[in-house]
Amino acid sequence: MPTTLRRQHTPAACPGIADVEVFQLEFMRRALLAALVVGITAPSIGVFLVQRRLSLLGDGIGHVAFMGVAAGLLFGTSPVITGIVAASLAGAGIEVLREKGRTASDVALALIFYGGIAGGALLAFKSGQSNQILGYLFGSVLTVNTQDLRVLIVAGGLVLLAVALWRKELFAVCYDEEVARVSGLAVRKLNFLMALAAAVTVGVTMRVVGILLVSALLVIPVAIVQQLSKSFRSTLLASMMLGGALAVGGVLLAYQMDTSPGATIVLTAIGIFFLAALLAQAIDRRTAPA
Amino acid sequence: MSAQPVAELRTVDVVLGQREVLKALSVSFYEGQFVALLGSNGSGKTTLVRALLGLLPVSSGDVRLFDTPLGKFREWRRIGYVPQRFGATSGVPATVEEVVLTGRISVARRMRGFSAADRRAARTVLEQMGLGDLSRRRVSQLSGGQQQRVLIARSLVNRPDFLVLDEPVSSVDLENQELFARSVELLSQSNTSVLLVAHALGAMEPLVHRTVVLDRGKVVYDGVPLAEHQDEHAHHPPAATHAGGLPGDR
Repeated sequence: MPTTLRRQHTPAACPGIADVEVFQLEFMRRALLAALVVGITAPSIGVFLVQRRLSLLGDGIGHVAFMGVAAGLLFGTSPVITGIVAASLAGAGIEVLREKGRTASDVALALIFYGGIAGGALLAFKSGQSNQILGYLFGSVLTVNTQDLRVLIVAGGLVLLAVALWRKELFAVCYDEEVARVSGLAVRKLNFLMALAAAVTVGVTMRVVGILLVSALLVIPVAIVQQLSKSFRSTLLASMMLGGALAVGGVLLAYQMDTSPGATIVLTAIGIFFLAALLAQAIDRRTAPA
Repeated sequence: MSAQPVAELRTVDVVLGQREVLKALSVSFYEGQFVALLGSNGSGKTTLVRALLGLLPVSSGDVRLFDTPLGKFREWRRIGYVPQRFGATSGVPATVEEVVLTGRISVARRMRGFSAADRRAARTVLEQMGLGDLSRRRVSQLSGGQQQRVLIARSLVNRPDFLVLDEPVSSVDLENQELFARSVELLSQSNTSVLLVAHALGAMEPLVHRTVVLDRGKVVYDGVPLAEHQDEHAHHPPAATHAGGLPGDR
């Protein structure tokens, strides 16, 4: 089993055909599976965040997840698990502040976010493993181990289950919170569910694209799809599929080009976003009434 | 016929920030009645509606819906609500049908998709509102008047017993106002109570049974529709509708 990250460069090989060799590498199999799980999960909750104009919520949660990761390194437990726990606490805390209203929460949010980063940096240096931190900031999907993969699959599965069970309630709350209240929905509980699902998603996503790029995977697939879709349902399903394809494609591309997988996934997604924008414009022009 | 109250406020105070927006306000709305709630900007109309529906806490007094204290009220199916602003026209697309279906949330089974019966109800109300052809269109691609009708369709999808409309026609052209008046007329014939918050009644005028006028958080008139009251408020230019904004608005 070869262990190098980079395959042997063979100029004659057709670059369009993914090497079968890739799938024989244990770490690549794990990386691709992790990317697929995260790629599908992230937009499934991201679509609700975009609907609510909370696109950057994932970033905020990620700041605190960073502290959880560092704590995991310090105490020698799985950083993915401690990251998810810290993210969940942050998600719940942010939701409490969001409920209280805008002005009071603005400064409080800043304190939480930067407290998370600073606390994380402190713990990471204390742990003597600050060299690992870069992998969590920018993602290191190629180093996903079996335990990480198990956590990703369980956590991602829980998020997908929550979205599948409560999608119509979550949509109603995101679309019009007041009318949802007057319909007798438990809006508060649903908001917490959404914050928690977002937090868990951030926790799993950071392993693949890194804390700094978490929001990208939550939001960009949705941003691409919504330019061309008509319904919420199709936006949800198509952005999940696109997210999975982008994440897997990005890892393969990074392997081919010997680049960072997280950055490759995100930059590819941004490129496709602009192509979709051009396409949407062209369609608009063709269908516009004369 | 002695009419039952569908909604009651009893000596209700509502304080928003430092301001007492409703002051010991008492008013009841009865079965089958079409009530117009009038008043200038900042008079407390929207606050009254929001307190009535439990969207704002009251600092003292009682609110009752269908003879049940608000805190214990669970029959939300019986209430239809059209809020003042168009809610959340965010970037994520939603079809007309999807938006109207959210009105079925109060009756739909939890943790499942919408049932065939839910979809039938949505289709029926869309046909009645003249939106049948648009059900698969993106809401954001419709005109302002059509979007407003979508929200009204959503509020009607469960055939509510009490319909609350907060300035539903303030940003709607005359043609849509008349369409809207016709659909509300159908409702009031079926004994639905209607509470309409408005600046001007316009096409709705012939439907109104009773007018309540608010001024600075108090009821200053409650009785048969008075031509002069309507005239007075009809003078507001349309732009004034959004000029002040109530403290309850975000």
